[in-house]
Amino acid sequence: MAEPGVPPRPAAKTTAEPFPDEALVDVYRLMVLARVTDERCLMLQRQGRIGFYAPLMGQEAAQIGASRALAPQDWVFPAYRELAVALARGVSLRAIFDQLLGNADDAIKGRQMPNHFGFRDVNFVVASSPIGTQITQAVGAAMAAQRRHDSIVTIAFFGDGATSSNDFHAGLNFAGVFQTPTIFFCQNNQWAISMPRERQTRSATLAEKASAYGFPGVLVDGNDVRAVYEAVRDARSRALSGLGPTLIEAEVYRFGPHSTSDDPKRYRTDEQLNAAKERDPIGRLKAELVAAGKWSEDSDHALWEDSRHQVAQTFEAAEKARPLDPRSIFEDVFATPTPRLSEERTEFDALLRDGVLKP
Amino acid sequence: MTEMNLVQAINRTLRDAMREDPNVLLLGEDIGVNGGVFRATDGLIKEFGPDRVIDTPLSETGIIGTAIGMALYGLKPIAEIQFLDFIYPAFDQIVSELAKFRYRSGGQYPAHVVIRSPYGGGIRGGLYHSQSTEAYFCHTPGIKVVVPSTPADGRGLLLSAIDDADPVLFLEPKRIYRSLTGEVPEGADRIPFGRARVVREGSDVSVFAYGAMVPPAVEAAETLGQEGISAEVVDLRTLVPLDEAAVIESVEKTGRAVIVHEAARFCGFGAELAALLSEKALYSLKAPVARVTGFDTPFPYALENVYLPNADRITHAAKTAVRVS
Repeated sequence: MAEPGVPPRPAAKTTAEPFPDEALVDVYRLMVLARVTDERCLMLQRQGRIGFYAPLMGQEAAQIGASRALAPQDWVFPAYRELAVALARGVSLRAIFDQLLGNADDAIKGRQMPNHFGFRDVNFVVASSPIGTQITQAVGAAMAAQRRHDSIVTIAFFGDGATSSNDFHAGLNFAGVFQTPTIFFCQNNQWAISMPRERQTRSATLAEKASAYGFPGVLVDGNDVRAVYEAVRDARSRALSGLGPTLIEAEVYRFGPHSTSDDPKRYRTDEQLNAAKERDPIGRLKAELVAAGKWSEDSDHALWEDSRHQVAQTFEAAEKARPLDPRSIFEDVFATPTPRLSEERTEFDALLRDGVLKP
Repeated sequence: MTEMNLVQAINRTLRDAMREDPNVLLLGEDIGVNGGVFRATDGLIKEFGPDRVIDTPLSETGIIGTAIGMALYGLKPIAEIQFLDFIYPAFDQIVSELAKFRYRSGGQYPAHVVIRSPYGGGIRGGLYHSQSTEAYFCHTPGIKVVVPSTPADGRGLLLSAIDDADPVLFLEPKRIYRSLTGEVPEGADRIPFGRARVVREGSDVSVFAYGAMVPPAVEAAETLGQEGISAEVVDLRTLVPLDEAAVIESVEKTGRAVIVHEAARFCGFGAELAALLSEKALYSLKAPVARVTGFDTPFPYALENVYLPNADRITHAAKTAVRVS
């Protein structure tokens, strides 16, 4: 059903090609960089050098495969586990570390916990902690793009737990009614903190929920970067042709804890984890590249070494950045501070000056 | 100038704003074909089409969540929540998302959404069509809260809300949607936020009110005047930002304060005003600050006439304040 009054959008150019083989090595490099970043950050958190971290390990192919099917002008509405999406959108490792540290160079000025970053220059909307809220927002941005006749899609990233949220239902429902150019990209990593996927829904798959909203749902192996790429590419093409939204369920497994505050041993066994690790997307792509003669053990060894070096060096440099100005807490509440905020800032200045507040 | 009521003023102002700026659009339940359950958007779908007057599915979180997405993208959505009582499914989107977007993105992603919602009692609406829960929102940094009390203020404040760079909750006192008329300018005169209006000057007691409580406050002041008590009535107009200077200045003059709102008393907006007076005008006070408010009960249906503050209760409180000092 076309929305009354919305003129048809120009047809999308066809993108039926499979994932270009020559790009696979690049994807692999990025997957390794994301994995190394995760490993390093878990350690940095234990060392007390960052306050918190939410690892994505196990979801690299899903995140990078999806990102590679998007265009720079598309809008990404992430959850808080989308570090590899940010990297794939071109965000620098340094910018990410600045956010993890909340230093003076942090694009979001230390306002949120690690992993809740946002980068306007690459249309990566700032994440939040409540589950699923970005889903309706992605639909709204798509409705705006429809009205501006912009040939773009919006994509919401979320997990299996979010499919139980109010905004999942509202967002998919609105998207179906208004036929918005939106991709709902669910990384089903099997766990919402301690709750397994079966405890979120009785549905056999998450993808099938789309049929109730009147649009396609696609189940894809999230460890297969090519399959993910193709699913997102096709959903994007449908959306740009005016055919509306698609729900994609990428089946993955969360190798790490929910966050550094979580101990998965309380709710899952090593056997489960090890079985999942057999399907590690990084090992899988490596094997494929080696078999195709595009990669070698030597180049692999060098890549891991280089990535570790790059991550360590970049983090150490970010650690040396200036701390935030404490007065910045009063910025960005409103475009222009209210008289009350200005007064509180004056009070704050006096507390700093008198040494009552010690930054 | 044209004589009209508040609903007509809102309707006309929405129309003018949409004519002026193609980025302005409306969304909400029953606002298009039906023109809104209070007819605030009557006729607008005819002029602007269903792309700019969007009848949505019945989901408040869907309305506000999508409005946020539109605002991030650069449009100026004005969302209608049919009754303030039904806003809670969108509470997460408003307090966790909308109000925090600018802040949590370090200024990268401002989200300017205007949320219009009829609020308050006096229409025999019972628990779920009568409440006045502005304090929940005033307590959340990052969103402005505006309450007009006249048709002219409805226009001037709504124009400012649409111009603003930040989220605005625009609460419309449905009890006086049609019961009052007034002259409304036709031009683009904005009423700036944070400027209270002295409705009636006085020297013995200050009565602070907003929205549908302004008319009974004025009625009380007239009664008090007949009994030799000079009451000043101040319409706050915007709760966030609050015109603190006007509140303090009035009490410095009169030495007595009566605060009126429909909402329950405990942690209501009046508590903030009372705190403000104790912090910044204590030595001007000649009597305890009085609050004339809804009681700390849920909003009753059959007995709303004894729940809602009225001119008699305001008069009584003002006389008590004058008598004790």
